[in-house]
Amino acid sequence: MRKLLHILRRESAGSAPYWEDFLYESQDEAATVATALQSIGAENRVDSGSGAFRPVAWESSCLQRRCGACAMVINSHPAMACDTRLRDLAGERVTLEPLGKFPVVEDLIVDRTVMMENLKRLSVWLSEKADPGAEDMAFEASRCLQCGLCLEVCPNFAPGLGFGGMAAMNPIARLIANSPQQMRKSLAKNYMRGVYSGCGKSLACRDICPAEIDMEKLLARSNAAAVWGRWKAAVGSRDQGHID
Amino acid sequence: MDASDVKINIIGAGLAGLSAAKTLAQSGVHVRLISYQHSERAQSNLAEGGINAVMNVMGENDRIEYHFQDTGKGGCFLADPEMVRGLTQAAPGIVSELADLGVPFHREKGRLIQRNFGGQKLKRTAYARSSTGKVLVSAMIDAVRRYEAEGFVERFAHHTFERLLFENGRLAGARIYDRFRKEEFDCRGPVIMACGGMNGMFEGATTGTLANTGQAAAVLFSQGVRFGNLEFLQYHPTTVEISGKRLLISEAARGEGGRLFCMKNGARCYFMEEKYGERGNLMPRDVISREMALLNEQAYLDLTVLDRATWEKKLSDLREEVIHYLGIDPAAEPVPVSPGIHYFMGGILVDRDHRTNIPWLYAAGECACAYHGANRLGGNSLLGAIYGGKRAAESLAAAIHEVGSGEIPADGTVSVAAAARAAETGDENVVHARMVRALLKGMEPLRTEERMREALEEVISLKAPDQPETMKASLLLAEAILRCGLERKETRGAHTRLDYPKTDENWRKTTVAQMTDGRIGITYEKIAPYPAP
Repeated sequence: MRKLLHILRRESAGSAPYWEDFLYESQDEAATVATALQSIGAENRVDSGSGAFRPVAWESSCLQRRCGACAMVINSHPAMACDTRLRDLAGERVTLEPLGKFPVVEDLIVDRTVMMENLKRLSVWLSEKADPGAEDMAFEASRCLQCGLCLEVCPNFAPGLGFGGMAAMNPIARLIANSPQQMRKSLAKNYMRGVYSGCGKSLACRDICPAEIDMEKLLARSNAAAVWGRWKAAVGSRDQGHID
Repeated sequence: MDASDVKINIIGAGLAGLSAAKTLAQSGVHVRLISYQHSERAQSNLAEGGINAVMNVMGENDRIEYHFQDTGKGGCFLADPEMVRGLTQAAPGIVSELADLGVPFHREKGRLIQRNFGGQKLKRTAYARSSTGKVLVSAMIDAVRRYEAEGFVERFAHHTFERLLFENGRLAGARIYDRFRKEEFDCRGPVIMACGGMNGMFEGATTGTLANTGQAAAVLFSQGVRFGNLEFLQYHPTTVEISGKRLLISEAARGEGGRLFCMKNGARCYFMEEKYGERGNLMPRDVISREMALLNEQAYLDLTVLDRATWEKKLSDLREEVIHYLGIDPAAEPVPVSPGIHYFMGGILVDRDHRTNIPWLYAAGECACAYHGANRLGGNSLLGAIYGGKRAAESLAAAIHEVGSGEIPADGTVSVAAAARAAETGDENVVHARMVRALLKGMEPLRTEERMREALEEVISLKAPDQPETMKASLLLAEAILRCGLERKETRGAHTRLDYPKTDENWRKTTVAQMTDGRIGITYEKIAPYPAP
C-alpha cells in the first residue's frame, strides 16, 4: 500500500500554516492513519529540500478508538486516526488537518480544554449519592470519549457560546440516569442552559460518534426528564433501566 | 503547616491519580493533577473485565479472607500480606463508593451481579459489560471535577513529568513540561507518582497505551528511586496483534464460559481443561500464558458457546471490537489468540503507606510495585489503582502538618528558562527500537540465561556518552529489567525460566533494583509469611 500524506502543518498557534507531504508505504493491510503517523519521519518527506525536519505533532494514546485522543480531519471528514484504515480511503492522497473548532497548538494538535471547562461550568458531578436504576442509560452516556468530533460537525457549537453540545449532553445524561431527587432541579437547569437551549436538533452528531453512542435516544430521554419533567418515564422505575 | 497552604503534585490522571486527588481534596488538601493528556485518554479507560470485591451478592458465601488468599496465591506469595490484606478489606467499600458515584455496574432487578474471573473460584468481579475501566473513569472524573470547581484540584492536562527536583539532597518537587506552551516549570511540594505502566519500553507489543512511554519510570530509576520486581511483567493469554499494538480480549470472555483450545491431529484439544480440569480456562494468567507458550501451536478462544443473552447484556462491546479489528465474529467462530504484554507487576517500590525510598515521594497504581506479587489477578488492577491512590493520599494527608517545615517545600511554581529541546533524531529512534527488540527477546514468556544475557549485552552496547539523558535513563532501566530477570533463578508467576523450571521457596523475596554511585545494584528483601489458609 502506498499513500501520500498531505498534512496541514503549523509550528505553533501563531505561526503561518503550510502543507507538507510524506510518502507512506506499508505491507500492513490493516494500517490506519495513526499507524502511518507513528512511522513517518524525515526520510518520508517528499520534498526533503524544504528546510530542517520537524516531526509531525499529533495526539494519540490507546490506538483502539477508546480514548478520543487522535481526532482530526481526514480527507475533509472528522474522524479518529486509529479508526481510519488507509485501505478504505480512496486514492493515493490522504489530507490531514487539525480539528477546526478548537485552537491549534501545533500541526494536528488542538486544545480541547473548552470541553472540560464547559463541564465544570455546568457543574457536571453528583452532589448526592447516585440513585441507580437506569444502568443502560448511564452505561451508554459513560462511554463518551470527549474526543470533540461531535462538536466539529455541530452547526450550533462554537467555543465561548455556552452551548456544550453532545460532549456536554453525554456526561449530564449520566447524571440524569443516576439522578437523586434532590439534584433534579439544578440538573434540569444546567441541562437547559448547556444543552437543550443551544441544540438545533441537526443530529449531525449522531453518525460521527466513534463510540457509536446512541445520541438520539440519550437526547430524547434527557429531554423527557430535564425539560419536560417526566423523570419516571425517562429513567424508569428503579429496576428497569433500558434505553429503549 | 496548615493544609490550605500546601499543594500536592500528582503525576498522572488515570484512576490512581484521580483517586489520590479526590481523597486529598476531600481532606481539604490542594492538588496539582498533572498529566500528559486528560483523564479520558488514560490507560485506565481500557480496563475491561471488572473490579474484584467481596460483595457476597451471588449466594456463594464469599469472604474477604478468600479474596486475600486468592490474591496472595495468584501473586505466588510475592506481595506483602499486610498490603494484600488492606487491599481486599477495602474492596467492598470501594465498590459501594463507586456505585454511589453512579458507576453502572451490571445489575439484575436492581441487584448487583458479579462474574467469574481468573484465579478466583467465586464470582467476585463487579463489572459493566467489557468497559468497566471506562465507566469507572467517567464517574471518577465527575467526582474530581467537583473539587476542580471548588478550587482544590488544579488540572495540568498537557504536561509531562521531566524529573524530580532535589535541594540539599532532599526532594523539593518535580519539573514539569507544558507541551502546548513548550515551557518548563518547577512544581514544589510532595509528589505522588501515578504514571502507569512502562509500555514504551516494550513499544508496540503491549495492550496498553502509547502515551505510557515509560520515560517517567526511567528517569526516576536514574535518579535513585528504588524499583521492585522488575522481572515480573504479565503476559495476558488472550491478545491479538492489530496495527501498532496488541488488542486485548478480556478475561471476562472466559469468565462467561469461553474455552481455549488448539488443534492436535486434526481435532480440538482443550489444553487447559485437559491439564487443570473444568476451571482450566480460568487459571491465573501466568499459568495459562505459560501453557500457551509451551504449546508450539496456535491457540484459539472459542466463544461460540456463549448464549445470546450473555452477548447482548454482558459482552456486546467486546464482540463489536473483535468484529471491527479482526473481521471475526466471536459469536460465530473461534478467535486465534496469543499471549501479549498487559501489565507490570513490578515498578516503584512502595511501603504499606505507599511511600518510596525518597521522603515525600509516593507512588500508586500500575507504576508502583505493591499488591500483585509475581502475577496480578484479573479484576485487581482497577481495585489496586483506586485503593493505592487513596492510601497514598491518606498517608500524605496524615503527615500534612510536616510539609513546609524545612524537609519539603509546601507549594510554589517556578518557571525555568526553556532548555533547547532537541527533536528526536532518527538515530535515537533506531536505538529505542533496538532496545525494545532486546527487551522483548530477553523478557519473552519463556526465559533462559542465554537469551537474557544476549539481550543484556545488546542493551549495554547501545549506550553512548553523547546520548540525551532520557535515552540514557531508558537504557539503564532496560538493563535493570534484564538483570532482575537473570538474577532470579527460579520459575515463579510471570517469570518462567526454562533453565530453572521450579519455584524455590528461598527465592520468595522482593527483587530490589536501585542506582547507587552510577551502578545498578540488585538486592533482595524478605517478605512476611502468609498465614495458613
